[in-house]
Amino acid sequence: MITAERKPMDEIMESIDGCGRILLVGCNECVTVCAAGGRKEVALLASALQMASMKKGRALDVREMTLERQCDPEYVEELAPHIGQVDAVLSMACGCGVQEIARRFKTTRVFPALNTTFMGASEGPGIWAERCQGCGDCLLGLTGGICPIARCAKRLMNGPCGGSGNGKCEISDDVDCAWHLIWERMKELGIEDRYEDVISAKDWRTGRGGGPRRIVREDLK
Amino acid sequence: MKTESVLEKVFATGELAVTGECGPPRGALPDVVKNKAAMLKGYVDAVNVTDNQTAMVRMSSFAASVFLRQMDLHPVFQMVTRDRNRLAMQSDILGAYSHGINTMLCLSGDHTQFGDHAMAANVHDLDSVQLIQTVRGMRDEGRFQGGAEIKNPPKMFIGAAANPFADPFELRVARLAKKVKAGVDFIQTQCIYNIDKFETWMEGVCKRGLHEEVYIMAGITPMKSAGMARYMKKKVPGMDVPDELVKRMEGVPKEKQAQEGIDICVESIERLREVEGVSGFHIMAIEWEEKVPEIVQRAGLYPRPQV
Ligand code: SF4
Ligand code: SF4
Repeated sequence: MITAERKPMDEIMESIDGCGRILLVGCNECVTVCAAGGRKEVALLASALQMASMKKGRALDVREMTLERQCDPEYVEELAPHIGQVDAVLSMACGCGVQEIARRFKTTRVFPALNTTFMGASEGPGIWAERCQGCGDCLLGLTGGICPIARCAKRLMNGPCGGSGNGKCEISDDVDCAWHLIWERMKELGIEDRYEDVISAKDWRTGRGGGPRRIVREDLK
Repeated sequence: MKTESVLEKVFATGELAVTGECGPPRGALPDVVKNKAAMLKGYVDAVNVTDNQTAMVRMSSFAASVFLRQMDLHPVFQMVTRDRNRLAMQSDILGAYSHGINTMLCLSGDHTQFGDHAMAANVHDLDSVQLIQTVRGMRDEGRFQGGAEIKNPPKMFIGAAANPFADPFELRVARLAKKVKAGVDFIQTQCIYNIDKFETWMEGVCKRGLHEEVYIMAGITPMKSAGMARYMKKKVPGMDVPDELVKRMEGVPKEKQAQEGIDICVESIERLREVEGVSGFHIMAIEWEEKVPEIVQRAGLYPRPQV
């Protein structure tokens, strides 16, 4: 999933400064799962915003909505009847959702209430960790199902570096060394000998190196 | 001979090779480079010039290496993949070779977090193994990494690092094998304090015959004080300083600790030169270059062969 975290209250307040009515829009997908921008978080932020405004002696009208998927034009359309009645939209979706609203409603300002962080998975209650950087040419088949691009601090494709210690990355004892994990997994799979296959320089064109990416599926057009 | 590198020639004589290190300064200070280099002249075969060591901005390895060439020294041009992409690295290799620099060391580099620009984007377009492949391709196939032909390809003698003390230990021989497969010519190891562990690693290296495919230089760093020993033990990633060594440093009065550090260093070289597969020493006397002549002489590595 795409993970996100709520921005600090002050930053959000500053972005909507001067607005009397806002539409606060959550999303039912990833940001609900990572407890950053679902219906519940929308309700919490709405009251927090109203309280903060009251403290400043201003009235703030917050309308709450949570869409099925904010990155999908079909659902974003549900905002249309409300847009004319607000000064701005505050989005609690990932950056894709924010941009979809901006694209659909050309004359309404939209602000992000979240910082979109990474594509990851849950490692336990309240913990999410990065898993994939969408490089567009997946190597997981060569690395035992553990991604060195997203999970090695130096993006090494032929690690581990000399800083790996006790299974942890040189940057922090809280970060697992991806190459340690890869090696352990290769051993479990009985494919240790594959470790010595050199992974050659990557073609980053399938990733960010090629500029903004699009997928066009003729069969679905 | 693959190259004109003096280091390669010394290895070919069968004598133990010796390299030193010159860390460029944090300022536009050419004299600092020249003074450090002058202290090493005549006592080492080549001098590593570090590349933004510990992820701190310093005078570029390329520029400092050129100063060394002008002094008729032989730089080992270090290059980390952290700061530049493959275009920048290959253009620097062309530039360096054009200045008579024919020996280099391919590294991934310390993480940006350890330096003074923790906020910087780290590049890592290539990793160290892929950089070795790239430099070898430039030399042996006369082609850039992207495939195009190079006019007058740079003939670099290619080095890399190995850390026998990092984890997982059982993988460390295989990691070296991978660098050998990629085309590395010589290896400089992490500073060795735990000699027993180094010997175990070397046994594994020799068992696979890797010492016959690559020259391995044992890394040596003299400790200036007990404080430095403790710091290296606790704070430097991938460093293995045994307790006995820290205790030995602590056991002598402060004013004699530096000398004790040099003694330890000389003793280490004496023991390590007997280890099968060791082809030389890489002496990293950090901000202590003036001690290199003493170490080299006392360890019986002087005079250096004329090649
Ligand atoms: S190799 Fe690429 S696509 Fe596969 S998990 Fe890693 S970043 Fe994602
Ligand atoms: S310690 Fe492991 S995860 Fe961290 S940079 Fe080195 S190889 Fe990558």
